[in-house]
Amino acid sequence: MKTSLTGIQIWGMPVLLGLVSAGGLIAALLFDGIGDAVSWLALAAPVMTALWYGVRRT
Amino acid sequence: MRYRFWGLLDSCLAADARTGDYLYQYPLDQGIMNVVLRLHADMFAGLWGTLFLGFMGLLLGASLVSGVVLYGPFMRKLAFGTVRRKQSAPLKWLDLHNLLGIVTLVWFLVVGATGVINTLATPIFGQWQSGELADMIAPYRDRPPVQELGSVQKALDAARTVAPDMSLSFMAFPGSSFAGPGHFVAFMQGNSPLTSKLLKPVLIDAQTGLVVETRELPWYVTALLISKPLHFGEHGGLPLKIIWALLDILSIAVLGSGLYLWLKKRNVSLEARLGALLNEKEKDSA
Repeated sequence: MKTSLTGIQIWGMPVLLGLVSAGGLIAALLFDGIGDAVSWLALAAPVMTALWYGVRRT
Repeated sequence: MRYRFWGLLDSCLAADARTGDYLYQYPLDQGIMNVVLRLHADMFAGLWGTLFLGFMGLLLGASLVSGVVLYGPFMRKLAFGTVRRKQSAPLKWLDLHNLLGIVTLVWFLVVGATGVINTLATPIFGQWQSGELADMIAPYRDRPPVQELGSVQKALDAARTVAPDMSLSFMAFPGSSFAGPGHFVAFMQGNSPLTSKLLKPVLIDAQTGLVVETRELPWYVTALLISKPLHFGEHGGLPLKIIWALLDILSIAVLGSGLYLWLKKRNVSLEARLGALLNEKEKDSA
């Protein structure tokens, strides 16, 4: 039987993506230009992560 | 520039901000996008439809929280992003549900919570009108009706003197529901990305064109005004809207797979698998 993962292994990526998403939402709200660009990158992160793990063939 | 009065669904006037012309060609309350918007905002059932959808939003929030609570136990032995494709279809969709749900979680929570706040727009503005606005115009209750309006330009100029670094978002005329019978209310907006979404009402005497009073909007109206861009993703240009659409698709996949898994719960094989997973957990914690 595989051993259990640690809290960081389970929650590391979810927390990181959550913080990045929140940062993107706030950046677009507070700043035009650079803030918008930051929001595009930040909110593309969960989309790209979902595509990367969701459609890859392993 | 076109102005639509307040939020989504108020029957409204659209006017050209440069000429003041009524934009009768603007496709008000018709067309496919209007149908979609109405389905989204009130299902053609007015305020009760909107409040019903707000309640659905609360349930969505509860389902997101419960999903997070379950995520930990389900992922105890699976590396992040694992999708077990080779085994049963329900197992694959369980993994996809967990993956898509957890990566979109914060965005989904924000869109859900701000959506619930948006459904409260009518009671929120009603509270402002019957509370703050009524309070502002109360001292003038016994004045005779205004016979002739003063200059709108003068009223606007007066508003600008008390809000020099702001611009006019819209002007509520005397007799309308966002002004008093004898007053204009100039709703001024700031000039930064954030403050441009907020409003500051300036009460102006309709005859003299002088500023009577100005107040900040209360927190609950501010919360509503901030909720709108955060719900619709309209605060970061076209690229953000496209990303918003992709996140929408992912969230629909989360909902669809959740429904599928719920229907499949009667399927013994999945139940056995989930049961086995939970048994393992109990053994581990014992």
